[in-house]
Amino acid sequence: MSELTNLTLAEARDKLSARDISASELTGAFLDAIAAGNPALNAYVAVTGDEARAMAARSDEKLANGTGGALEGIPLGIKDLFATRGVHTQACSNILKDFKPHYESTVTANLWADGAVMLGKLNMDEFAMGSSNETSCHGKAINPWRRKGSDQALVPGGSSGGSAAAVAAGLCLGATATDTGGSIRQPAALTGTVGMKPTYGRCSRWGVVAYASSLDQAGPITRTVRDNAILLRSMASVDPKDTTSVDRPVPDYEAAVGRSVKGLKIGIPAEYRVEGMQGAVDSLWQQGIAWLKDAGAEIVEISLPHTKYALPAYYIVAPAEASSNLARYDGVRYGLRVDGTDIADMYENTRAAGFGTEVKRRILIGTYVLSAGYYDAYYLKAQKVRTLIKRDFDLAFQAGVDAILAPATPDAAFAPGEFSDPVSMYLNDIFTVTVNMAGLPSLAVPAGVNGDGLPLGLQLIGRPFDEETLYSLGSTIEQAAGRFEPTRWW
Amino acid sequence: MSVDIDTVKRVAHLARIKVTDDEAGQMTGDLNNILAFVEQLGEVDVSDVEPMTSVVEQSMKKRADEVTDGDYAADVVANAPVSEDNFFMVPKVVE
Repeated sequence: MSELTNLTLAEARDKLSARDISASELTGAFLDAIAAGNPALNAYVAVTGDEARAMAARSDEKLANGTGGALEGIPLGIKDLFATRGVHTQACSNILKDFKPHYESTVTANLWADGAVMLGKLNMDEFAMGSSNETSCHGKAINPWRRKGSDQALVPGGSSGGSAAAVAAGLCLGATATDTGGSIRQPAALTGTVGMKPTYGRCSRWGVVAYASSLDQAGPITRTVRDNAILLRSMASVDPKDTTSVDRPVPDYEAAVGRSVKGLKIGIPAEYRVEGMQGAVDSLWQQGIAWLKDAGAEIVEISLPHTKYALPAYYIVAPAEASSNLARYDGVRYGLRVDGTDIADMYENTRAAGFGTEVKRRILIGTYVLSAGYYDAYYLKAQKVRTLIKRDFDLAFQAGVDAILAPATPDAAFAPGEFSDPVSMYLNDIFTVTVNMAGLPSLAVPAGVNGDGLPLGLQLIGRPFDEETLYSLGSTIEQAAGRFEPTRWW
Repeated sequence: MSVDIDTVKRVAHLARIKVTDDEAGQMTGDLNNILAFVEQLGEVDVSDVEPMTSVVEQSMKKRADEVTDGDYAADVVANAPVSEDNFFMVPKVVE
């Protein structure tokens, strides 16, 4: 890692605006780091070097004449789920082979308007369905972290595995990601990075390839809490093109970083103490409680009784929405087409060839639970359970709790192939999925390492649209725990 | 509830995904594992509970019914596997 790629986003921003470094040299350093690291890490599925250099040159002009934006000259990686005009956008699925959109997602358009530089598109699980980045049509991304004394490859988590791996390895200053059941927070926790899933409706979903529309939400993965706050401010907006985008001004999240947490009431949910949770995870949780207490927060035990039903309800709601959203991939309008004897045969051949196994599994489950005779028993029931899950959180917040502290994942990073059956893989999201079901904001912050030297994360859950309190609490934990960086082997 | 291989084949046809007998057999096992996992929702009493329709309390946004976008047919069909004169081309569907 060169000195430039070691900078945090905030440090780079300050050096750029002070003209200590140029956007072109910064972008060049990251393109070099990608060229050196990506063959081993497979974090990027497309590198846009020419575009990046051109964007950086424009940023240098703006920085020179004092018209630079909030992210002027900051090199970022973009998850392959975001539509980027004229650039590879494939959701890491064969069915979107060669797709190059003629439009730009609102989130990325916001970033470019603020002066950010696009380095390329990042690896992910196919259509964001997975917790290990193993379902990508471009092959798995590899975690820059390894167990102490081992050279075994580990997964970076998923679905935003490429985003997390790239940030942890210093292949970008920050990355966009999306979270439907934990896809920002779980990979952040497994790579020692910071990941925010904002409140549903905070970032526009326009131009983000849809998986489960009532759960999908974009957010940033970064090296520090401050970097995360800076990036979210640019990603978030009110967007008339997304009817679920909420009409609220975007606050200055960075101002909340380092703010005192004295007097805040932090809920500790008993139901997150689950069977099979690793001892290191539990002791880290206790450590997190102690850090917040030392900083003046008040700790209270709370109960979220429907927690254990969030994951089974999710595996009805998300596949149901996915089966509907993914109906658009029919070999007619974009992507892959495989010919057949008639139009129905063409549809069936195209979808059989284009979708991977996990995507097919979820489409079939979704089609089944929505089919005649089963809708009430599965889908309607799951949506009622979802009401109860949200009510649990509402009651805790009404009782005066400002935020909730819980582990982010049940364990540290694992090896590819370690979870061979779908349900055991799904259990990786047991701590993260409740938040999506309730639409709440949640920040994953690295807080320590386990006995193998692998990073573990804590998760802070907040009231709707109170990302600021999470950034204050997250920076308190970050200050106490320090930062975590992998030893370079790639 | 559980599914048999014929149900899986029927659902795959509804979803317009061609499956071989082997794939349908594998999917039957996978789907039954997932259905067994979600079965625990049966423990929850949901009588008098309204199903969730939106996590955010906000009334549906409306806009004036006027044209604000469009006139780029070539862009719309640009990614189509087969197109002609800005139409999507598909196998013949009517005789």
